[in-house]
Amino acid sequence: MTKEQVETIKNNPKYQKLVRTRSKFAWTLTVIMLVVYYAFILFIAFSPETLGTKISPDGMATWGIPIGLAIIVFAFVMTGVYVRRANGEFDGILNALKNDLKKEMN
Amino acid sequence: MVGRILSLLMTVGLTAALAVGTDIGQTAKAESMNIPAIVMFFIFVAATLGVTYWASKRTKSAKDFYTAGGGITGTQNGTAIAGDYMSAASFLGITGMVYLKGYDGLIFSIGFLVGWPIILFMISEQLRNLGKYTFADVTAYRLKQKQVRILAALGSLSVVLLYLIAQMVGAGQLIKILFGLDYEFAVVLVGILMILYVVFGGMLATTWVQIIKAVLLLAGTTFMSIMVMAKFGFSFDALFTRATEIHTQGVAIMSPGGLVSDPISAISLGIALMFGTAGLPHILMRFFTVADAKEARKSVFVATGLIGYFYVLTFIMGFGAIVLVLGDPAGSYLAADGVTLKGMNNMAAVWLAHAVGGDYFLGFISAVAFATILAVVSGLTLAGASAISHDLYANAFATSKVDEKKEMNVSKMATVAIGIAGIFFGIAFEKQNIAFVVALAFTIAASANFPVLFMSIFWKKLTTRGAVVGGYIGLITALVLVILGPGVWVDILGNASPIVPYSFPAVFSMPFAFVAIWLFSVTDKSDDAQRCIDAFDAQDIRCQTGIGADDANTSH
Repeated sequence: MTKEQVETIKNNPKYQKLVRTRSKFAWTLTVIMLVVYYAFILFIAFSPETLGTKISPDGMATWGIPIGLAIIVFAFVMTGVYVRRANGEFDGILNALKNDLKKEMN
Repeated sequence: MVGRILSLLMTVGLTAALAVGTDIGQTAKAESMNIPAIVMFFIFVAATLGVTYWASKRTKSAKDFYTAGGGITGTQNGTAIAGDYMSAASFLGITGMVYLKGYDGLIFSIGFLVGWPIILFMISEQLRNLGKYTFADVTAYRLKQKQVRILAALGSLSVVLLYLIAQMVGAGQLIKILFGLDYEFAVVLVGILMILYVVFGGMLATTWVQIIKAVLLLAGTTFMSIMVMAKFGFSFDALFTRATEIHTQGVAIMSPGGLVSDPISAISLGIALMFGTAGLPHILMRFFTVADAKEARKSVFVATGLIGYFYVLTFIMGFGAIVLVLGDPAGSYLAADGVTLKGMNNMAAVWLAHAVGGDYFLGFISAVAFATILAVVSGLTLAGASAISHDLYANAFATSKVDEKKEMNVSKMATVAIGIAGIFFGIAFEKQNIAFVVALAFTIAASANFPVLFMSIFWKKLTTRGAVVGGYIGLITALVLVILGPGVWVDILGNASPIVPYSFPAVFSMPFAFVAIWLFSVTDKSDDAQRCIDAFDAQDIRCQTGIGADDANTSH
């Protein structure tokens, strides 16, 4: 890639939009995932008895179990959310950008 | 030609192995021999050698060998990634951990899983867009080839060899118990089969062996979980109530317990599991087997779903084992002391298979466990061989442009060498306590491979010096802290208490690596540093768009 090509692409508004929206989205989801997971880890570290509280007095199941399983499901849902938007909206912008570039190069 | 050698080997191998099998069958006690398991295992071996034969016809170029020609779909790749991740350590280890400690087993599962969304958001499509065969293609993209490739190869080979030791020793012990075969024979058999898969079938065979095994393992564990739940009218509460009545720790198994004893080890374990995954070379290389970023993303989605589902099953199976294996009225699964399981506590999943499905299902699960080890060691070996042939031979130490055919031959020789090393280590470590090796592998992956990879993708001001110094500091810190920790300092060297009381010291070594990368980059005023920084924009465009990735052959 030449210096001029790099500048052309960097100055293309579609490229800027792609990078801006996707980075923001990816970082937001990353932070959410980290917060959820480390909140769980901090509970284990500082207050394990909270997760060991029984859901109902008659049963044996503790809150830790649905919470743990929910984190597994949540992680999967998060990947689904990202893939859906990235393979749809973001790839759409990318294809439009590639069309732009084709025209400019010709 | 290749085909003829392969089918010859297949026949010879099968007859030899069956002959050995019958020999042992005649000499050993009848109860130690597991005929259904051996028959099912050899059906798997025959099928996978068939796949290898098919793959060998399609593996012509280096690109075919390393990445299956880039023609794996997202769903296939996701299943293969899940297969890589559902190793014998997760299948037997996590079920065994739930069986022993209850809730604590789930903490590990969650830690192993949550790395995947992060890989998707930060690593997977970036790797696909920037790399060709190994993750070092990405770290060396704009930095000095030689030093960065040597670092990456060292990081890769350390992780691969450590993992390989764990798998080989596990394989030997498992096969000894399940099949009644010799430990050494089992290790040699695993070594030979993995060499065959990788040398003849390359990535295509390695991927399909992994997919077949993943499907078998998921089917088997689904069946076991349904059988367990059916015994309790599909009521979790009934299962948990019965388990707390049987387990010696009683209700304590329902909440976080002693496994993660203090805040720092909890956080450190979390960091090692989460970011270690993003630095495992045999996982990262799978992103080069798909066509584009779209398929790379799909792979992670499928993999996360399958792995998450699998972990839910291991939790059910662990509790099922407490009730049906530990709680078996006749005590038929316990060793002579009446407390520990026959074989080892990792065998909970295997004996549960017998409790819910009898001899034939035990045979099936034993064969699947063996297949799991085979598939995982093949992936590891290919990752290690790629580091040697692509990073060291073809790039770091090449004086001129290396011919692709030559590179592929080096890769095959490296595969044989790693296979032999695996056999050697497997036998040498038979009686060693190897609990530390997986902790060390994850800590190195999180402290050396991941920081350099992450910074090379996202940080413009990264320089060669920063990456190399930071990477080695991460690698050495990880190694030293693990040696001073409980797994080596106490369990192996026999000291009374560890100098570093953490099994997974990533909370120190990973930030250490990041700080060093930053410090040695910003203070780097060399001409090369400026060149690295100037080259970032072009790299970032390719990373963001994939433009140029289609003709990846023009880059290194």
